[in-house]
Amino acid sequence: MRAPPAAPVLLLGLLLLAGVACGGDAVSTSVPLSAGGAATTPERAAPAPPAGSVTLISHDSFWVSEGTLAAFTEATGIEVVHQTAGDTGQMVASAILTVGDPLGDVMFGVDNTFLQRALDADLFEAYESPALAGVHPELVLDPGHRVTPVDFGDVCANYWIDHFNADLPVPTTLDDLADPAYAGMLVVQNPETSSPGLAFLLATIAEYGDGWEDYWAALRDNDVVVTAGWEDAYYGEFVSGGGERPIVISYASSPPVEFIYADPPVDKPPTGVITESCFRQVEFAGILAGTEKRDAAEQLVDFLLSETFQEDIPLNMFVFPALASADLPQTFVDFVELADDPYVLDPADIEANRNAWTERWTEVVLR
Amino acid sequence: MRRAGRRAAAVAVWALPAAFLAVFFLYPVGTILFEGLDGRGLDRLVELGGRASFRSVAWFTLWQAVASTVLTVLVALPGAHLLARRRFRGKALLRAVTTVPFVLPTVVVGGAFLAVFERLGLDDGPLRLTRTAGAILVAHVFFNVAVVLRTVGTFWEGLDPRADEQARVLGATPWQAFRWVTWPALRPAVAAAASIVFLFCFTSFGVVLVLGGPARATLETEVWRHAVSRGDLASATAVALVQLAAVVAAVVASNHLQRRRAVVQRPVRRVPLPRAGRGLLAGNLSLLAAVLGLPVVVLVERSLRQLGGGSGGGWSGGWTLGHYAALADRVNLLPVSALEALGNSLLFAVVAGGVATVVGGLAAVVVVHGRRAVARAFDLGMMLPLGVSAVTLGFGMLLALDEPPLDLRSSRWLVPVAHSLVGVPFVMRTVVPTLRSVDQRLREAASTLGASPARVRREVDCPLALRALAVGAAFSVAVSLGEFGATSFLPRHPDRLTAPLALFRLLGVPGGALRGQAMALAVVLMVLTAAAVLVIEGGRRGSVRGDW
Repeated sequence: MRAPPAAPVLLLGLLLLAGVACGGDAVSTSVPLSAGGAATTPERAAPAPPAGSVTLISHDSFWVSEGTLAAFTEATGIEVVHQTAGDTGQMVASAILTVGDPLGDVMFGVDNTFLQRALDADLFEAYESPALAGVHPELVLDPGHRVTPVDFGDVCANYWIDHFNADLPVPTTLDDLADPAYAGMLVVQNPETSSPGLAFLLATIAEYGDGWEDYWAALRDNDVVVTAGWEDAYYGEFVSGGGERPIVISYASSPPVEFIYADPPVDKPPTGVITESCFRQVEFAGILAGTEKRDAAEQLVDFLLSETFQEDIPLNMFVFPALASADLPQTFVDFVELADDPYVLDPADIEANRNAWTERWTEVVLR
Repeated sequence: MRRAGRRAAAVAVWALPAAFLAVFFLYPVGTILFEGLDGRGLDRLVELGGRASFRSVAWFTLWQAVASTVLTVLVALPGAHLLARRRFRGKALLRAVTTVPFVLPTVVVGGAFLAVFERLGLDDGPLRLTRTAGAILVAHVFFNVAVVLRTVGTFWEGLDPRADEQARVLGATPWQAFRWVTWPALRPAVAAAASIVFLFCFTSFGVVLVLGGPARATLETEVWRHAVSRGDLASATAVALVQLAAVVAAVVASNHLQRRRAVVQRPVRRVPLPRAGRGLLAGNLSLLAAVLGLPVVVLVERSLRQLGGGSGGGWSGGWTLGHYAALADRVNLLPVSALEALGNSLLFAVVAGGVATVVGGLAAVVVVHGRRAVARAFDLGMMLPLGVSAVTLGFGMLLALDEPPLDLRSSRWLVPVAHSLVGVPFVMRTVVPTLRSVDQRLREAASTLGASPARVRREVDCPLALRALAVGAAFSVAVSLGEFGATSFLPRHPDRLTAPLALFRLLGVPGGALRGQAMALAVVLMVLTAAAVLVIEGGRRGSVRGDW
């Protein structure tokens, strides 16, 4: 057997592979990584990020234009380290798990459907930002100011405009959706697995009170389709994505987004919003309890309410600025129909009943 | 000196994988289970067992996983035979292409499957698959067929075909020859692959939600629902414990099957392979094409189409390459361009693949050559990351890895390391059957000729293991390229967005341009995966052939 000494070759190969893996990174970030995978990153793994920085934890859908956070650093000398932590539900659950030993200093993105759960777990330290003076007062849902409203958006039924005409007018109310004339047209998301799905369930509870189960039984009789998430509803069942159903639960900002990202370009959005079906979602920022950078965290919360940040919100996150004086981009001015009187529910009510509601919903609609 | 060095190396062989598993899996998962059980977890466990709805979820989880595994093995075996025993052009490419489904996000595959069902008329009527358990099974075959194809195929290649031929000469039918000669030899590899497939299906999340219809639930989706949607850690932990117990039982059973090692075969690599007959080739390929190809074709088509925009909606627009061109531009809702996200994915995959190869390779050596108790512990422990709920592992890492010297939860390297946890069992399971099957006579011959045990290991075992190692490495790279659930809980720097996450973001808002870009990104991710597999597995061919 004329064979090269294979073990050293093999071992060398493995080390080389590991070396390449680590070497490549070391070049860009000067991070040593041992072959066993025990990663130690001086600047990241250390208990505290470098002095003069503040860590912002957000859900995955948080984004701002390049340069927006840099404006904060320029004004204050404080660097923002931004980390995402899954969707809103995951982020809140993780934060509750690590309460007192937080992953960051400020958390952005807890909404009114999760607010009470976060407050009950004492996630946040109270801070009343001076910038609150300019915020729509109805968005301030915690009088103790443990959280600060940053933006809001509505979850509404959207419809495909071309599907409706003089003979079949656009439905305008929740009642209409249960009307046999609109049988087989609506697609909704499961409130157990989807945030817009939950918001729409809450809208119906706000409208019908104890009668909400009857309403959903009527929707079921009207052949409503339920999907797990927004993606499979909008892109699987709704006309826009190639499906056959002309009404879907989505956002008030969906029509301008359809317009902005149309391909090929269009003159106006192909979809509209049923404003009588909207549930208002408010997103908050809060200073995480246990932060060692209270002062920098306060400044960051103030910045989130500055015009620089607020006017950057619509075209990045497709929701609306909480600051009354913030200008909206032209596309939003042209194509957004905001409900005058959207459905709202007290966050404490939501938290107290949510599990029972979704359980009953599952019984009524899916079983 | 040399002896000390050798002893240190011998210790490292088991200590390194053991430490890896302890730090990144056992400690985090132990911490979260302990935390979850603290208080009401045990009560919930008792309460759950009494609930009919929970028992039906558990039963569904089990039977769909068993059925998916059996189906996957049945669909893959003919293909594995083709890859192992026949020669045809494009074989390496076919091998690489079959790995592709691994990296596709379930939301994308789910959409493609729904479209395929619709076109084949399976969305309604007596053969309806849409929103049924059948759709889940079909998708599980799609995602996992490569595991069996590759693991078994690689092992099969090393079996001596002459035994089979002799049986035929003695008058056995092809079926008899397979049943009594090939199958017993193949069984350990099939058991190894099947156990991985089973764990994947048992803990399947996205496929169940997207394709099974809204009323469908498994233990994995229940853990998620309790922990994330309902904020009830105690119940989540109770379900996770049931899941873990089932997984341990399944792995122990499959390990037992694998250890009942069948006829040891001498690997023969010089036997000329017959050219594949046209009929055989066509039959096999069309089976694979139906399972793997149709959804992929739909994706490619969608990546080249404009959505209808203002007119009819849907995929009615014209053909375009624009979606691909747009991958280089950063759209507003992504912190980096799709191309940069692909680069991040590749970097993570190299790290994850490297770690998994080293740890899994060493673990395989321990399983085959280590002391019995240690070997069994490794064989079980390294498999568990595949079977534990993503929520458990993700939460566990957040909770446990928060203090020096293990303050890693915010480290960007925790994500690829978590990926490698899933890669390790692949590497181990592909290498172990090969190492075990190394002909004892070959090793004895080497010893008789004066080779030390270490030298036998080095010169006999390693060249053979190298090929299996490459297959495992390719899988672990693919696993990382596709991301997986647990890492969605870990904090991330937005500029380190990976391709699957970018894809989710693109699919998360309306607009035909974004939808098209997402499809183009999915296709590029597939091509990248196939290329990575080709490169990793291509590198080892010459060396193996040369040794023998």
